[in-house]
Amino acid sequence: MAQSHVSSAPARRSVRAQRLTALVAFIAYWVVWELMARAGIFYEGVVPSSVAILRALYHILLDAALYRNFAVTAFEVLVAMAIGGGAGIAFGLLGGAVRVIGRAYEPYVYYLAPTPKIVFLPIVFLLFGVGVATKIVLGAISAFFPMAIATLAGVRTVKPVLLRVGHSFNLTPWQMALKIYLPALRAPVVTGLKLAFGFALIGVMLAEIKLSNIGLGFMAIEFYNHFQIAELYALLMLIFMVAAGVNALIDRLMPRD
Amino acid sequence: MRLLRSPALLGLATIAAVAGLMELLVAWGALPSYIFVRPSAVLLSIVGLFRDEELGWRLLQTLGATMAAAGLAAVSGVPIGWMIHRYRLFGEIFGNWLAALAAAPFILLYPLFLAVFGRGEPTIIAMAYVAALVAISLKTREGLASVPTVLRAVGAGFRLTQMQFFWKIEFRSAVPAIFSGIHLALVFALVNVVGIEFLIDYGGMGGLIADLADRYEVPSMYAAILFVVLVSVLFFWATERLERWLNPM
Repeated sequence: MAQSHVSSAPARRSVRAQRLTALVAFIAYWVVWELMARAGIFYEGVVPSSVAILRALYHILLDAALYRNFAVTAFEVLVAMAIGGGAGIAFGLLGGAVRVIGRAYEPYVYYLAPTPKIVFLPIVFLLFGVGVATKIVLGAISAFFPMAIATLAGVRTVKPVLLRVGHSFNLTPWQMALKIYLPALRAPVVTGLKLAFGFALIGVMLAEIKLSNIGLGFMAIEFYNHFQIAELYALLMLIFMVAAGVNALIDRLMPRD
Repeated sequence: MRLLRSPALLGLATIAAVAGLMELLVAWGALPSYIFVRPSAVLLSIVGLFRDEELGWRLLQTLGATMAAAGLAAVSGVPIGWMIHRYRLFGEIFGNWLAALAAAPFILLYPLFLAVFGRGEPTIIAMAYVAALVAISLKTREGLASVPTVLRAVGAGFRLTQMQFFWKIEFRSAVPAIFSGIHLALVFALVNVVGIEFLIDYGGMGGLIADLADRYEVPSMYAAILFVVLVSVLFFWATERLERWLNPM
């Protein structure tokens, strides 16, 4: 007990020192930013002062358009995650459990994963037209690959003893998936979910930027088109904060052992 | 049965079957030809792209921007990774920001880069550079931090100077992670270069796809997308091989 008390004091001091460093670093970043904004190195308005950004943030938060666009983007990302992520999990389970399927198609998934998905937008646009469906499909394509790869990798690490238990209980393939694979796959699926969320958000928002008249991506590019740069910074800051918050929420699904 | 015994053959057969089915369905008019294109027409269009749309030059533009961004990232990312590892204060100030940037949907910042650098190569290279820099510096830090304790003990036992310790122990142990970082940096740079070219309708292969889509030249557009996918896959495969070749450990 006494030992843990002694060892925790330096640890607490270290955490305090780290927080202090982070605070000092934040202030230093802020000072550098303000100097850049006021030095006139960039064209006027390209690097707005933090006061202008905070003022823009305040106005954006009071604007009903933000919530309307946010609702649309959130809906598209959720549906894209459900479709793309669901298909990714299904492929991962099937490819991991059935060796022939895994070895036949995994290389294609693995090598297609790093291709820039945005280039598929014209094809998706031809198929689904301008509207919500196009954005959801692009988000779903983006979410599929990280989910499939994470699940496939996870299936291969399931302990053989668990599989033998399932087989000795004569579980059906569906029961094997639900009772053996999915519980054992919680950590890789949550990791895949985090990545899939990031990619789905990018896919949906880039589609909104390129061809839409609603959503946060559209709102951002409208700010750019009207050279409302402070508003653009404020909106992107807001999006990054929401994305970080969702990431933290997904992280809480991670098993704690 | 033979297909089931050879998974690679099964994969190729599936692609050939889908392409064949598509060819027939479009030829019979079961699928609208203004949306779907016969795979044979797409393949033929690739030749036309080289002749009429300077695809070779566009490819060089994209690869040039990728190499410039990844090269700059390698030159600056390895020292940054080393400094984050070596100096605690530097690590606390910049390490967490780099990690946060790696997880953030960074490409969404492209309108800001457009505002700062304008619509052209500087925006494309700058965005690809940041994406590549994050990968390479984090991987370098990871490699330097995971030097086996036994090697550290050997270094201490031989009373190596700080410089000797770095070159003979730390750097050599970190080489696999650094190569892995360079591989990731090249891939991230290519993805960002093509993506930004497409979004701002400028420059190499991404710009060509956006241009063809605007002109509604559907077969050529499909061909350009297929070409980009093939180049990306080949690039990923080649950089992976290069990483393994340079780093046989």
